[in-house]
Amino acid sequence: MSFLDSFFSRKRPEASSNVARDRLQILLAHERQAQEGGDSTLLRTLHAEILEVLARHVSIDEDNVQIKMDRGQKCSKLEIDIQVPQSGLRAQVSTMTPNEDL
Amino acid sequence: MAKIVVVTSGKGGVGKTTTTAALGAALARSGQNVAVVDFDVGLRNLDLIMGVERRVVFDLINVIQGEATLHQALIRDKRCDTLSILPASQTRDKDALTSEGIERVMNELRERFDWILCDSPAGIERGAQLAMHHADHAVIVTNPEVSSVRDSDRIIGMLDSQTARAQKGETVEKHLLLTRYDPSRASRGEMLSVEDVVGILSLPLLGVIPESEDVLKASNVGAPVTFASPESVPALAYFEAVARLEGKDIPVTIPTEKRGLFDRIFKKRGS
Repeated sequence: MSFLDSFFSRKRPEASSNVARDRLQILLAHERQAQEGGDSTLLRTLHAEILEVLARHVSIDEDNVQIKMDRGQKCSKLEIDIQVPQSGLRAQVSTMTPNEDL
Repeated sequence: MAKIVVVTSGKGGVGKTTTTAALGAALARSGQNVAVVDFDVGLRNLDLIMGVERRVVFDLINVIQGEATLHQALIRDKRCDTLSILPASQTRDKDALTSEGIERVMNELRERFDWILCDSPAGIERGAQLAMHHADHAVIVTNPEVSSVRDSDRIIGMLDSQTARAQKGETVEKHLLLTRYDPSRASRGEMLSVEDVVGILSLPLLGVIPESEDVLKASNVGAPVTFASPESVPALAYFEAVARLEGKDIPVTIPTEKRGLFDRIFKKRGS
């Protein structure tokens, strides 16, 4: 029965090796972020300084700035993800207003 | 200039000891002086894989504690006189491994040998850290399986931060050795492929050792697979890995079993 099922079924299930690869990529991205001792100081400094610059112009929550380092053989990728909420943008507009008046 | 190589993995049972023996024997066969050192205190097995288990008198801890000289503890291989093994202790407490003691032994080994291969214990604890501490090169043995890949990633992080080289601002040269690989399962999508693992760990590939019956047969008789059956598929793959470890730039091939129809029908009884 199961043989016939697999014989006649049109769509083949996704290869389990692809599932394994995707799971590992997600897991290791998190674990590397948590563990890399040397990088974590760098990431923390970057995080604090980026927040500081942003805070001058937008009101933003600490959790909305995500910094990730992806280790590569030849070069590493630094990924900075900043989510600006609507309320943050409004705050920006309000601080801009006095300047426009001038 | 002697080179210290740590064979490590994080996960147990992936083939560290088999690899240490096979690489060590292959390097020694070309006339270079090689020492293989077992760091797995309490669970020593390199002596058994190398077939010298009945010749162990002194071990690494005896040397560290000054109860024996390095010369007394080293066991010379009977098949190849440029290959020596320094066994681990089976009975002593692993705390007897001191970092100063290991440094002294490593320096002494550096003077006598061209290659020093350290067989790391599994795990990421002190034993594994001590095994990798003095390494110039690291062979990260990985199976195409999720838990092994994850543990290898942890070990890579440690090699980059906790070794003597890392502390001096230098790097340990890391090499990925994929073992127990089954090309046909990978092509069917049932096993992580070489490209998957290389992509995830971002390490240069030292070699791919296919899953093979010859590895168990070699360990049964107490011989590195590169001695027991040098023409076998895993041995050929290990010879290729050794060439790359020596710095030769050769393309990675995956040797496969060439079994004729007759072999399959009249499956040969074990040899």
